Amino acid sequence: MASMAKYVNDFKMSRMDLLIKMKEKAEWVWKETLFLHGLAPETRLASSLSDVEILTVLFYSGLMHYNPKLPFSDKRDRLIISKGHGSISMYPILADVGFFGLDELAKISQSDSLLGVIPDTLIPGYETINGSLGHGLGVACGMALALKRKGIDRRVFVLCGDGELNSGAMWEAIMLASFHCLDNLFVIVDNNKMSMLGYQKDILGLEPLEEKFSAFKWNSDVINGHNIEKIYETLNGLLNQRNGRPSVIIADTIKARGILQWENDELCHIRSLKAEEVKRLLKEKK
Amino acid sequence: MSNVAMKAMRDALIEGVYRRMQDDRRIFFLSADMGAPVLDKLRADFRDRFINIGIAEQNLINVATGLALEGFVVYAYAIAPFVLRAYEQIRINLALSSQIRQLNVNIVGTGAGVSYDVSGPTHHCLEDLSVMRTLPNIVVCSPSDSCLAQLFVDYSIHTKKPKYIRLDGKPLPFIYNESMAPSFEKGFYELVKGDKACIVSSGYMTHMALEISKEIEDKSIGVVDIFTIKPIDEMSLFEILKSYKTVITLEEGFIGKGGLDSLVLCLLNDLQADVRVKRFGFKDEYLFKVGSRDFLHNQSGFDKKSVRDWILNECL
Repeated sequence: MASMAKYVNDFKMSRMDLLIKMKEKAEWVWKETLFLHGLAPETRLASSLSDVEILTVLFYSGLMHYNPKLPFSDKRDRLIISKGHGSISMYPILADVGFFGLDELAKISQSDSLLGVIPDTLIPGYETINGSLGHGLGVACGMALALKRKGIDRRVFVLCGDGELNSGAMWEAIMLASFHCLDNLFVIVDNNKMSMLGYQKDILGLEPLEEKFSAFKWNSDVINGHNIEKIYETLNGLLNQRNGRPSVIIADTIKARGILQWENDELCHIRSLKAEEVKRLLKEKK
Repeated sequence: MSNVAMKAMRDALIEGVYRRMQDDRRIFFLSADMGAPVLDKLRADFRDRFINIGIAEQNLINVATGLALEGFVVYAYAIAPFVLRAYEQIRINLALSSQIRQLNVNIVGTGAGVSYDVSGPTHHCLEDLSVMRTLPNIVVCSPSDSCLAQLFVDYSIHTKKPKYIRLDGKPLPFIYNESMAPSFEKGFYELVKGDKACIVSSGYMTHMALEISKEIEDKSIGVVDIFTIKPIDEMSLFEILKSYKTVITLEEGFIGKGGLDSLVLCLLNDLQADVRVKRFGFKDEYLFKVGSRDFLHNQSGFDKKSVRDWILNECL
């Protein structure tokens, strides 16, 4: 797999070509994530498959600025992965675009290797440590405030899970973000509607989620989180809006997408596939 | 104490931060809706770098982390016992993260020990030193006067680590002046050199230790004030303590749980000194009785008279 250009927005390709490219990438990321799970069954596969298309758009659309050779450049957009466990799908992307070597993937969870089953800050491309849920948005608010005070016109992106919205710290940050007019803050909720022990509707019931964000004075949109074109268009629209409000995309997704026996299994978060099942699924996808 | 100059530590610290903010645009001051008269000036003059986060200590720490990741020096100000609400944010975003990334976040907790005496057990802060001491990468400070609190400002700017500083909630007399050059890197000061026994104390209790030492004549009772609980120059502290037969620890916190007493006991044990250690502090229960600070100390057996009598009976 060829490494991407250092700034993906340098791409000079038509919109149609870009969408085709991203769809191909998403398929590749899905397979690589499954492959990683085969090597490290402790990885959270189900929650790492609901955000494949979201992460693919973030890294391959050119909308988010990053430079794998200068991961802390002031010119980068900041990406906070708040749902740490559910971002194993970001490993192949980070390797592909050049944050670390592709050879690191096959070493996942081995002793003294770079990649653990929950990402940490030693991995280039991860800004913060997020093995514990509900922290990312508040930290992102601090970064967004800092960028405004420093006069740096870059954005802070946050990927969080819907289950994280059970946590009070998230709502403390949601209040602060709109009060302080953080229109450089863009949150994508991977709304796979499940947490570890079942469906959110049976646990706390987050709905109506968009109305809640709206009441907190956020720009919001609800989309199909597996539709690459829709993610791209919506994000692009919000990035160009900048009306003094933070923005949220509630991306409706399916947990364990593509693993048919898990898609309606409310305990899929904690399940692992056997190596032969991984092999079979990868073969089917070819 | 009526004729002695008194000053609240938070006033000294905030005045110091205010002065630095005038020519250092990298400094942010966050508050979890906690105020102080001297903070009003800072709030008014630095509207872009003062933020009232609201009564939301978890977000206080998270937002402070984000600002610090972008290179700002951050002061995060709250009532000391309520800082512990954000223990997990401190653990994940400051202690863990600062092992990999540089983070200069200074958590300023006001209302150390039982300085909010009559406010009752929600406002007593008896766990913070032991809780914070368990966290790697966090500097833990407990000054005993406003001179130290003001000196902390320069230290906090050039020491680019997360820190917790507990400040007394009441104005106290000065112990130090700048010519004494107390060092936060060293972490302690031998205020009185004695020969029979030595009181090791921190914060408010150092004032009591000094009074006891003064009342027992011929300077036989030494006093060591510890103001950086972690990290501390252990070897230098050991050199002082090993020469005494008895060391008395005196703290406004729970004893036997990892606080000041544990620090001293571990040090003397690890370096194998033949020193008896007597520990004074709060036992394993909360204080529901209403009363002044002296009353609360008395109820727990470490008012000034009780400590002095123990020393007179056991050490002289």
